[in-house]
Amino acid sequence: MRTAVVVFPGTNCEHDVVHALRSLGGDAELVWHRETDLSDFDGVILPGGFAHGDYLRTGAIARFSPVMAEVRRVADEGAPVLGICNGFQVLCEAGMLPGALIANRDLAFICRFVEVEVTDTSTILTRNAELGQRIRIPLNSYEGNWVHPGSDARVALTYIDNPNGSQGSAAAVSNPEGNVVGVMPHPERASDELLGSSDGLVLLESFLQSLVPA
Amino acid sequence: MRVSVEITRRPEIADPEGTNIMRALTDLGHRDIESVRVDRILHLDIRGDDPDQVKLRVEEMCRQLLANPVLEDFRVEVGE
Repeated sequence: MRTAVVVFPGTNCEHDVVHALRSLGGDAELVWHRETDLSDFDGVILPGGFAHGDYLRTGAIARFSPVMAEVRRVADEGAPVLGICNGFQVLCEAGMLPGALIANRDLAFICRFVEVEVTDTSTILTRNAELGQRIRIPLNSYEGNWVHPGSDARVALTYIDNPNGSQGSAAAVSNPEGNVVGVMPHPERASDELLGSSDGLVLLESFLQSLVPA
Repeated sequence: MRVSVEITRRPEIADPEGTNIMRALTDLGHRDIESVRVDRILHLDIRGDDPDQVKLRVEEMCRQLLANPVLEDFRVEVGE
């Protein structure tokens, strides 16, 4: 089973994601954003970094990258689709996740470990975790402040100290089906004790276990 | 034809940039400010003869790309 790790112009966490997935025995390949066929893949990760300069709004232009039609198809078929940081912003802009991401409450770029709590274990990001489990992973974003005018969103992870002002302290949000998830902090940057934490592994393992043959 | 597009954040959505600018202005002694909102204006030069048609097209561009329907409203004005 293979995971497509999409690379937009400006993405910079793709190798970390591939490395972390492979360290867990997963099969992952980089896919350029102009790709129009993901039929060889069983799941997709949109990694962090930037995309098309993030002009206009973060993720606004990436949403129209050719690969996104396939990402939507894969998601509609029930396969796992995970957006990390900038990937979360792209999925919101694409309307595949509820809400939107705006500048952090205090207008600071936040780059540090944060603690999050698992609030829903029926998503592709959290199925292997325990409800209430606390996980320490790094946040690395300026536009990480999730807002959602409605109140019907599924929140998979919440911040303990809500560093960026996200509504409901949401750190990860899913679609109603639980197979499309956006997470603002980076599980791949906490995938080895050498990095200061391996707490992110349970999240990536959840993703890999959600893969079913296409 | 010159078209102006004003993209405004909905009042119920927080505007951290506006809030922080307001704090800075307050620190500078401007203590009578009640709120600051940061919006965006785009100017497009677009070929076309019929202002109504042009307006409809630019409104479609707003729905497609220029405005985020979760956060923002837009207003299109067609000039000369």
